[in-house]
Amino acid sequence: MSAIALAPRFTARQALVLLAGNPNSGKSTVFNALSGARTRVANYPGVTIDRRSATVALSADTSIELTDLPGTYSLAARSREEQIAVESLLGHGPRRPDVILIVADATALARALYLTIEILEIGSPVVIALNMTDEARSAGIDVDVARLEALTGACVVPTVANKGIGTNALRAAIGEALARPVAPERPEVVRPAALVTDLAELEAVILGERVMERPQDARVWAQWLLLSLEHEGDELQNIPAPIRAAVHRISERAAKSGRNLDLEIIGGRYQLVDQLMKEVCRVPQAPRRSWTDRVDAVLTHKLGGALAFALVMMIVFQALFSWSEPAISLIEDTVAWSQSWITRLMAAGPLTDLIVNGVIAGVGNVLVFVPQIALLFLFIGLLEDLGYLARAAFVIDRVMRAVGLHGRAFVPMLSGFSCAVPAVMATRTLESRTDRLLTMLVLPLTSCSARLPVYVLVTATVFAPGSRLGFLSAGAVALFAMYALSVVAALTAAAVLRRTVLKGPAPTLVLELPPYRLPVMSVLLRGVWQRVRTFLIDAGTVILALTIVMWALLSYPKDPAVTAEAEAARAAVAASGASADEREARLSAIDSHENGAQLRSSIAGRVGRVFEPVIAPLGFDWRIGIGILGAFAAREVFVGTLGVVFDISGADETNEPLREVLRRATWPNGAPLMTPLAGISLMVFFVLACQCMSTVAIVKRESGGWRWPLFMIGYMTVLAYSASLLVYQVGSRLGWGL
Amino acid sequence: MNASPTRRLLARIPVGSTAVVSRVSGARPVVRRLLEMGLVPGTPVTVHREAPLGDPVELRVRNYALSIRRADALGIEVE
Repeated sequence: MSAIALAPRFTARQALVLLAGNPNSGKSTVFNALSGARTRVANYPGVTIDRRSATVALSADTSIELTDLPGTYSLAARSREEQIAVESLLGHGPRRPDVILIVADATALARALYLTIEILEIGSPVVIALNMTDEARSAGIDVDVARLEALTGACVVPTVANKGIGTNALRAAIGEALARPVAPERPEVVRPAALVTDLAELEAVILGERVMERPQDARVWAQWLLLSLEHEGDELQNIPAPIRAAVHRISERAAKSGRNLDLEIIGGRYQLVDQLMKEVCRVPQAPRRSWTDRVDAVLTHKLGGALAFALVMMIVFQALFSWSEPAISLIEDTVAWSQSWITRLMAAGPLTDLIVNGVIAGVGNVLVFVPQIALLFLFIGLLEDLGYLARAAFVIDRVMRAVGLHGRAFVPMLSGFSCAVPAVMATRTLESRTDRLLTMLVLPLTSCSARLPVYVLVTATVFAPGSRLGFLSAGAVALFAMYALSVVAALTAAAVLRRTVLKGPAPTLVLELPPYRLPVMSVLLRGVWQRVRTFLIDAGTVILALTIVMWALLSYPKDPAVTAEAEAARAAVAASGASADEREARLSAIDSHENGAQLRSSIAGRVGRVFEPVIAPLGFDWRIGIGILGAFAAREVFVGTLGVVFDISGADETNEPLREVLRRATWPNGAPLMTPLAGISLMVFFVLACQCMSTVAIVKRESGGWRWPLFMIGYMTVLAYSASLLVYQVGSRLGWGL
Repeated sequence: MNASPTRRLLARIPVGSTAVVSRVSGARPVVRRLLEMGLVPGTPVTVHREAPLGDPVELRVRNYALSIRRADALGIEVE
């Protein structure tokens, strides 16, 4: 045991190289170019960002550990996620980096230099990959590499990462930086005297608290704290109270004397940026109109922009809804095939049942999401890398702002109409944690495709084919109303949550519109695969476990009397002289009846009965209650479960016997169960209730704990219950019950 | 505080025109982010175009394109 645990970690200590850079700087491309095929993705504990790392061979006998940090414009942190990323740079995490590699977009060098200066202040050796030098050259931008090296003390390597140019030079530069442990002279940021005094005061407190050993680290941390901490409401953790108090005191004092500390710190750095830019970078006075600008004249034009937006979103939606279908069917067929194969192979019994209806069904429940996740992330990656995703946010932000959402929340919200699981994963494209949480909490209200079978079954059951409202069929009106309700509910919930539980700082949009660029397919596909893998590992295990729990609830305890009765009936059929066809029909009726009786006596069946008084005011009896419980596995399972309850096995939403049996079903007093009003109440419940365990699992994964998914279940259940109660009770009073 | 006639706001200058940032004010997280993105006093900035619905606007600053909402551009004084 111990040999396995110790061997890989301690035989040779690999140097740690952290990769930092602005979003859209080509950082992922550099990471992929350096790391080749083997990448490990781990989680930072308790938060949602992934930590990608890889072992990179610099030469035959040296290799390093390269870790990718999230793309950022600055090191100031607003959220716990950013804090963790920054702390690993500062060496406040488990290990101090040996070298920091910065990817700088040569076409937007000034902005990249701001981050560079912040990182240079840390004091670790720095290598700068000056990326997209080809683009810069054709735009007439000229960067003096040697001068940049001399002024920053960093090693600068020109690269064109998407064409693999400069990768070897980058490896060599990292090796050189490793061999040169003493950091060279750094450029100094000029600070006002008052700020220098403030920083010295905070440094003393930091060193006194012994969270930092080296005075240089304390200086870096002092500036970071002044920029990052809020008086209240920041999400930063593990900052000793005396340090918080000191930051508070210093900023109060500065504010009183009319100083702005943020401006002093950031402005000072930008003065240095301006100075560096003057010396190393020549930008043409009258730049030629860029290709990007010409495209944007159409894609962000008043009319053209709206049309392009609608077209792109329709394609994305069509892909999720239809193009994923063959793959989903294939997965479902394979699962069904392996279930019947195992059933034939193994003796009937609890173990076979567990394998077939628990484990295989659970694996199927996980895999069935993969096509949509892969397609959505392929599209998001493609649009992001092309540069269009930022334009889409730019075009739609005005609309999203009205409900307190960010322009970037549109794609996840749209995807929610197909399936909430990939959509929740797509909230990662949002920068702020509050925006992400808000979006993922209201997303499950968008009417996903799994609700459609429920709507179809209910409308076809309760509305006679000829029933009309004006010239429209009643079913079509009901269906449209459900989609409208889901949109209104999601947007209202967003507006309400934004004003209550997720107040936080006012959400805003400060969005870079990067130049249009051709995506690198290998980077794109690797990103898709990482998302899928993360889903399979983190959410998949929870979904599998929940499926098995659901299976147990719906199958146990078995009633031996029911089994015995079914066996006797089967024996009677076998003994009878009926034709093969008739025997088959009778046997399948016996199976259906047995399944129904077992379900009715299972834990879920009993829970349904116990809860009947709770759901009866909504117009649902205990049998519908069992269906709702079954729907927690996935909403469309409602149809099949309801079928089993009514002794019809294997029903889908177009099953006419099931509709017929539902139409004839009554309450014990003989009143009809599925009235149009009860049907509407049931559909409203399905629009609003959080019934999908896979959604719960993915929200748990993406929010980093159980707190938010539990909140989501709570608020959606209250919402669904109240709305259905309102519909059924008001409707009954008004005499719409029949 | 009413905007005095001498104070020009970035949100109010016509599309296509260029001005120099003189002061950034507003909610701290927004101001801090705008400063970090390079909109510090003394920086020339161009209002390049507006979104189809009139908001947000696209700025050109430090040789890249940045989009911000008009409400936030109201906090940016220019000269």
